[in-house]
Amino acid sequence: MAAKTPLLKAENVGIQFGGLKALSGVTMELYQGELVGLIGPNGAGKTTLFNLLTGVYVPTEGRIMLDGETLNGLPPYKITRKGISRTFQNIRLFGELSVLDNVKVAYHAHARHSIASSILRLPSHFRGEKEMEEKAIEFLKIFQLDGVMHEKAKNLPYGQQRRLEIARALAAQPKVLLLDEPAAGMNPQETKELMNLIAFIRERFALTILLIEHDMSLVMGICERIYVLDHGQLIAHGTPEQVRSNPKVIEAYLGEEVS
Amino acid sequence: MATWKRTRGFWVSIILAFAFFAVVQWLITSGTLNIFYVNTLFFMAINVILAASLHLIIGITGQFSIGHAGFFAVGAYASAIMTMKLQLPFAAGVLAAGVAAMLAGLIIGVPSLRLKGDYLAIATLGFGEIVRIALLNIDYVGGASGMTVTHMTTWPWVFACLFATILVIANFTNSTHGRACISIREDEIAADAMGINTTYYKVAAFVIGSFFAGIAGALYAHHFYIIQPSNFGFLKSFDILIFVVLGGLGSLSGAVVAAVLLTIVSTFLQNYPETRMIIYSIVLILVMLYRPTGLMGTKELSSLFKWRKAAQGGMNHGGKNTVA
Repeated sequence: MAAKTPLLKAENVGIQFGGLKALSGVTMELYQGELVGLIGPNGAGKTTLFNLLTGVYVPTEGRIMLDGETLNGLPPYKITRKGISRTFQNIRLFGELSVLDNVKVAYHAHARHSIASSILRLPSHFRGEKEMEEKAIEFLKIFQLDGVMHEKAKNLPYGQQRRLEIARALAAQPKVLLLDEPAAGMNPQETKELMNLIAFIRERFALTILLIEHDMSLVMGICERIYVLDHGQLIAHGTPEQVRSNPKVIEAYLGEEVS
Repeated sequence: MATWKRTRGFWVSIILAFAFFAVVQWLITSGTLNIFYVNTLFFMAINVILAASLHLIIGITGQFSIGHAGFFAVGAYASAIMTMKLQLPFAAGVLAAGVAAMLAGLIIGVPSLRLKGDYLAIATLGFGEIVRIALLNIDYVGGASGMTVTHMTTWPWVFACLFATILVIANFTNSTHGRACISIREDEIAADAMGINTTYYKVAAFVIGSFFAGIAGALYAHHFYIIQPSNFGFLKSFDILIFVVLGGLGSLSGAVVAAVLLTIVSTFLQNYPETRMIIYSIVLILVMLYRPTGLMGTKELSSLFKWRKAAQGGMNHGGKNTVA
């Protein structure tokens, strides 16, 4: 593993908001095809790290590289087009759009027909729209959402909304998928199904996945490696077993309850 | 035939639109429709163009712009300069109006669309006022007394502009580009994260919207004989905003229907000058009380006909036939 070059790499990344250092000196490497977990207590900076990786914030120190290319300072939409796609902790679907259209929006970056061709309804418009529709339905089928594709996204039950968000992130055709607490608010049964789904899409699309999760059993169960953040700093990383037995992690995050 | 089924609504509405055009044309040439009604009809069409163009900016892209009268003014004056000062034909005037308003939209849009919500509203309001005050102080265009303009607006011109506006805006909306704009309205951060170039689409919607507001300006200038800066104050911007909000944010047919209905209401109320604004305001309050999401909500007229998925090309003409 160490011989390969990482697909996504964060080098000493940090960000400062005014006087507050939200994150500093975080170094992280993701290799092709890995499923890596990111854990840490509330306010540790997990979502901030996601926001740095996806360009929502620009890091004030360090750099982020995808496939050897520096991403610092690129706007989020360009980073998505380069191959990093994400979901959000608090679901951010396009509520008034149909389920199908939500997925189509993510596929937009791959559409080739211009505004002019759509206004004039040229053949390229119809070809492009047809291709989008077919692709979008393909993604919805994988997530078993094709039955509700004409519903408004905001009318879906919670679990389906979570799945739709992942479907949408996948439709952007990323190399790296960042999932921000995908199982938040789900019951154990739903969580289990979700985990199977994540394992499945990882195989199917040859994805590299970085996962933020609070459900410890889940992270320990499916992630190959885990990074632990606390107070904006990386305090540990390694296999689930290593992390579980790391005294710093126990102190910072797992408390005394861990067995 | 799946494609026929999909586009049936579109073709039916195109045919309806042209039938509407022919009937009105016949009524005008035969003299059945007196000048008062023709005036109202033209004014209605101009309002529909304004409403549709602002709908693209506010209803679809979610950018709360309240300086639309500014683009309307730019179009009116640009076309008047073309035809009156430079003696060019009306077609050149209409084109110049669109292009000038579009450029104004680009110049205003690029810096101000970084702002969100209230801040954007204030910036665009400021733009509208700047245009008005600039026109007031330019002697070349007559300052406060305005410009006199020959009457050149005819029904075929009005219809062509109206038709083009609705068609372009409906086609734009019902494409991946329109969906990109709606995604910005729904959640800008998520749109960005899904690879949508949000700045580009905000500016695109703004520029297309301003273009048609400019076209409306050209029709207006060449219909009412005189244009003055006071015709384009912020109250005019609010009039247009009311069409869009009352019709239902996000519904093109709603904006069109609201523009038509409110033009009728306000024309009718001209018989009662003392109470006109009071009744007009009461109508607005009642509609907002009983239909807080606007007349149409986010629905289009087409959905009432169960032509689901039909291209929503000119559905609105269908609606207009019944009310006009």
